[in-house]
This record gives sequence, structure tokens and C-alpha cells, in this order.
Amino acid sequence: MSDTSGPILAADGTPLKKKLAQTLFRSRVRAFGLVFPLLAFIIISFIVPIILLLTQSVYDSRYADLMPNSTAAVANWDAVSDPTEEMAAAMVADLIVARETKNIGKVATRVNREKSGTRSLFTKSARSAKKMEPPYLDALIKKDKKWADIETWKAVKISAKKFNPGYVAAAVDLKYNADGSFSRQSEERRIHGMLFYRTLEISFLVTVFTLLLGYPVAYLLSTLSVKTSNLLLILVLLPFWTSLLVRTTAWIAMLQGQGVLNDLFVVFGLATDDDRFSLIYNKTGTLISMTHILLPFMILPLYSVMKTIPPSYVRAAKSMGAKPATAFWRVYFPQSVPGIGAGALLVFILAIGYYITPALVGGQDGQMISNIIDFHMRKSLNWNLAAALGLVLLVFVLFMFWLYDRIVGIDNMKLG
Amino acid sequence: MKLTKTLLATTALAFAAGAATAGEITVVSWGGAYTKSQVEAYHKPWMAKTGNTIVSEDYNGGLAEVKAQVEAGNVTWDLVDVELSDAVRGCDEGLLETIDPAILPPAPDGTPAMEDFIDGAVSECAVANIVWSTIYAYDSSKMENGPKTMADFFDLEGFPGKRGLRKGPKANLEMALIADGVANTDVYEMLGTEEGVARAFAKLDTIKDSTVWWEAGAQPPQLLADGEVAMTTAYNGRIFNAVAAEDKPFEIVWDGQVFDLDLWVMPKGAPNKDLAMDFLAFSTATEQLAAQASWISYGPARKSSAPLVGNYATKPDLAMGPQMPTAPENFATAIQNDFEFWADNQDELNERFNAWLAK
Repeated sequence: MSDTSGPILAADGTPLKKKLAQTLFRSRVRAFGLVFPLLAFIIISFIVPIILLLTQSVYDSRYADLMPNSTAAVANWDAVSDPTEEMAAAMVADLIVARETKNIGKVATRVNREKSGTRSLFTKSARSAKKMEPPYLDALIKKDKKWADIETWKAVKISAKKFNPGYVAAAVDLKYNADGSFSRQSEERRIHGMLFYRTLEISFLVTVFTLLLGYPVAYLLSTLSVKTSNLLLILVLLPFWTSLLVRTTAWIAMLQGQGVLNDLFVVFGLATDDDRFSLIYNKTGTLISMTHILLPFMILPLYSVMKTIPPSYVRAAKSMGAKPATAFWRVYFPQSVPGIGAGALLVFILAIGYYITPALVGGQDGQMISNIIDFHMRKSLNWNLAAALGLVLLVFVLFMFWLYDRIVGIDNMKLG
Repeated sequence: MKLTKTLLATTALAFAAGAATAGEITVVSWGGAYTKSQVEAYHKPWMAKTGNTIVSEDYNGGLAEVKAQVEAGNVTWDLVDVELSDAVRGCDEGLLETIDPAILPPAPDGTPAMEDFIDGAVSECAVANIVWSTIYAYDSSKMENGPKTMADFFDLEGFPGKRGLRKGPKANLEMALIADGVANTDVYEMLGTEEGVARAFAKLDTIKDSTVWWEAGAQPPQLLADGEVAMTTAYNGRIFNAVAAEDKPFEIVWDGQVFDLDLWVMPKGAPNKDLAMDFLAFSTATEQLAAQASWISYGPARKSSAPLVGNYATKPDLAMGPQMPTAPENFATAIQNDFEFWADNQDELNERFNAWLAK
């Protein structure tokens, strides 16, 4: 044998290593080609819109685009000294243009978010801006004395910032000030913190309830013969396949003041006809219906994990003298933990963004953060704040996911 | 850009050529008895006259859908029935088409349209059709000595039972202040101050635990009929409809009513602009507004319609005049919804109301 310790060659003379890499690359391209349509679909219809919407939570160029002169003028203002003639002149020039281009409403709406009452101040002043003569500050104040108020100019300064942390701050009950600092929102307007807390509380309770109710059911399903368990599984899946709205309305019929359950209570003397239980349009109603609706999401992962636990382990433990409870807690239960983890995470994350059910049965104290996001999307039209609330919720869910990974480990999760 | 222009031009041509053939417009309103009155008084006569069709859709108020359609450049609605504050805000934000008042027909006696409409009924982007009112009502079969004043609504001891209120600050804050003894003329001035707002919420606090909140206009008569509430605020036409068409024993308390206008607006870029404008002018003519008033007890927005208001369409012995919010005996303590105040303060007050509600 001659000393040719060169690379091993393939049949066509190329080095085998290179050839192998080529083949692997080709198969990867093919695999990617198969995944590509789904990936493109998700990026276009899911990721991009989410990113676009989320940017609204920190970026709002409406004022800066429509009122360029006053934006530049207030940028150098320290938000402490009195408003200057230069600022007023820029403001009047902008107002004239905004009125002519019919954008004054957009500007006014934007500033009004920072200070109530500035909307009419802007629209009114814009109407007569064309007739104003220098000195402009006096002309503006003559039109409305709110222009002499430093708070008005502070609102302008905040509105003029393109990258604006104000919405995210508002989402966590903080107020972004003109000097760049943050302070707490006044007490009667603090709402989001309480709603985030309630959302967490409801999601946590629903997770616990579904676990308590679902664990025995999943255990039963996994231990019965295949024939019986399949039949029973259909009972779990049937509500799962039923429309969410149908199930929620069914709960309304069950739980309302004149509903089935209250009628039964009256018949059995647990309640009187004038004093029925309030089971719906409050937190109780939200908890009951959400627990029911999310139950399959707990049972199914539990069931799929429990099916893989060989019954011989528990039998072995018992044969070695363990009491049934010990055998369950020390042998069976630890093996079902991946199912609990998967089910709990699934239910918790679904619950945290739940919207329709609390909207229908939540009344006043069963509303969750998603309902206020909906309010800002549909009623108040403050999409920036809605996006900011969504951002906070998203960050929180990611944090929970990270926490879960640290404590339980994602690898430990089994969905089936 | 050029392509778009060509396309637009062709569409316009096709439209002009197709004017003889039947078109279709989408008209959006609040549903229930109210939409029915519009269908009977406006839609049917217009369809019969022009041969076009109207697709009628329902919504729950607010500008969100209009905003979404306009901003996505995919407008499917031609005409929307909105509240005054939304008309003003939509116009300010450039979401609405401007309406040329010259298209509005004069009154039968020749009075120009602009003089015939009541104050504030015709604005840059909107034309009013009715005056409606937020009142409160109770079931007279369950309460013999019924409530008479706004203060009675907040009197849980004198008139026990649950209350129904619209889930939002509008009209509720005004009513709370009136019930607390504020003079009608001072209500909005009072609400402009921190003490006034606090006072209104304090008054609402007294009935908060006994309140059922409603959102859609069709809910309050249902709540009353089901016995879920003893009395509830409502839109006066809805209660009238329950009384007249369904023989419910409901009684309206007019004291402290908060009245408002409903207006037609056109989303910017409406697909069938010309046809919809034609319908708008037709439906706000004297005769049509008067005809609507025989289907539902909302006052016409034209002065010339008032003398033409007759009796209830399906009950010829029921005169509609006294059922109107604007009838003199009902109107004495009425206040008009101040759209300027609400446009300025609704963000803050909504936030406060939601925070108050969630507590």
C-alpha cells in the first residue's frame, strides 16, 4: 500500500466528506421547501402583524408628522420655564396647516390623551389661527387662557415624542411626564395593575380547579379497558368540540338568577325565591365557566402521559410493602408530573388571554385584561394603549414560560 | 398609481353607465325596533322609488368598525347611523366623507333645509335624522306608586330593587348629578371639575351594588320584562316599542332625560358614494322623518316634520306626539348631551368609569 493518506473519494472522484455535505444540504433544502409555505404563512399573517401592532405601543409619530414646527420648538423647551413666543409662533403656523389639511382632529385627539380638554382647545384655536397676529403667545392666550397653562404645553411636548414610552407606562399605571420622568397614575385612574392581578388570580385558580377535577378523570381513563375508556373519552371530547359560545351561553342558562341551578336551590330550600345566589355576571361565573371550558386541555395531556405509565410499577411498589397512598405519591405521581406540567401550562396560558367568556359572564368584577384591550380597540380607539397592554401581557407570558422552564424544564413537558 | 387611476376611471364610467341598472348600498344602524322604523320609513320607499336595494346591517355604536375599515382601505359600509359625539370625532379624525348640505331637499313649504333642521343637526360630515333620549323606565305592574323623579332612581329604600344602567359614563354621570340636586343647566360645568366628577361617582356608588349593566339598546326592555331589574335607564324608543308593540306595562320617567341626536355619516371611501348620498338626502326629507316617527317614538330632526307626525303605525288610536322626547310635557327638565364635553373628556372619564367599575 502506498502512502496516500489523502481524503477518501467518492465514486466520481470528489472527496466523500464534501459529497456527504452536499447531499445533506440538498435534503435540508428539500425539507425546508416543505416547511416553507407554512413558515411564510405564519410570518405574513401572524408575526408581522403582531410586530406592527406592538410597535404602536412605543411609536406614535402622529403629532410629529402633522405639526413639525411646534415639535421642533418644544423639543428644546425644558418643561419648567414659561412657554416662549417662538413656541407659540410655531404652534400657530402648524395649526393653520393642520386645519387646511383637515388633520387638526387627529392632532387634537392625540394631545387630548395627555390632557383632557385640549381637544376642543386645539380645534377651536385652529379655526381662528389664520387671523392671529404676532405676538402669537398673547393671541393664543387671548383666544383661550389654557394656552397660558404650562400643563397644556407639557401635553404638547409629550405628544410630540415619536418614540414614546407613555403608552407602556400607562399600561402599568404609570404616568410619563414631560421632563422624561415617570410618576404613579392618580389613584382613581389606576386600573391596569388591578386587572393584571385579577387576570393572574383567575388564571391560577382555573388551572388549580382544572387540575383537581381533571387528574382523577384522566387517571380513570388511563386505567380502564380501551373499550370503556374510548367511550368515556368521547364524553371529554364532546364539549371540547362544541362551540365556545354555546358552552358559555349554556352556563348562563344554568347559573342565572332565574336559571336551572337557582331553581333547584329554591326547591331544596337552600335559597329563598327573593334571595337567590348570584352565580353569574361576576367572578364566580367567570371561574365556573372557564374551568369547564378549559378542562379538556388539562385532561388530554394528563391522559396521554398516564397511559404510558406501566401499571406494573405501582404493583411492584405495593408488593414490596408500600401502602396504596405511598405507592401513589412516590411512584405514580412523579411519573405523571410531565402531564401536569403540560396541562397546567396550556390551561394557564390559554386562560390568561381569555376574552369571550369573561366578556359574557364576567359582569363587573369578572373582567380580565383582555376585555380592557378589547375596549381600547373597539370603543376608545386608543390602539396604542391596547398594543401596550398586549405587549405587557406578552412579556409576562414569556416570563412565565421562562420561569416554567427553570423550575420544571421544557423537556419535561409532554403533550402526547 | 397610473393603473389605480385608470381602474378608478373605468369603474366610474361603468358606474355612470350602470346608473340605470339597480345598485346596492349597505346601511348600518342600531338594530331592533329602531332599524325596523328606518326600514319602514326610509328603506322601503327609497327602494320602491329607485329600484336599488339596501343591505341593512346592525352594530352596537362606536367608531371602531369605521376606523378599521377606513384604515385598512377596505370600506364596505356606505352609511352609518351614529351618535353626535362619534360624528364629531369621526369627522375630526378624517374618517368620514364631507356632506354637501345642498343635496338636502327643502321643507315642503320651501324653507331651506339648513333652516328647517334643528340646531346642530347638520354638520360638516353628518346629517341628523332623529332626536332620542336616555330616560329611565319601570314596570308599573310591579310598582304601584312608581318613581317620579331622577332622585327616585337612586333611592333604594323608597323604591327597592335592582337598577339597570348603561355600561359607560355617558348619561350616567349627568343623571347622578341631577339626582344629587344639581340644576340641569349646571351639570356639564360641574362635570368639568374634579369635585363634580367625584360627586357623580359618589352618587353612583350608592346604587353600584344593586346595578345590572347593559350594553345593547335591546337589553333594558328585556331586563325589565324578565324581572331582573326594578327600573332601568334605556333609550326612550325601545321602551315605547315594548309598550306599544308588545303591550308591556312599562312606564317612562321623563324627569332629567338626557337627549342626543342620531346622525347619518358616510365612512371615507364608501363604495357606493353617490347612491348612498341620494339615499341620505331622501331619508332626511320632511316626509320620511315624519313617517319614521309613526314607527318609533324618536323626534324628527326637522321642524317641518313635527306637524306631520301622526299615530302609531299599527295602532291607529295611539298618538305619537306625546311619546316624543321633545313633547313639551316631557321636555321641561331635559338636558342635551354636550358632545363637546364628551369629545374632550371621554377618554379620561371612560378610564375612571372602568376603574370604578372594576373596584
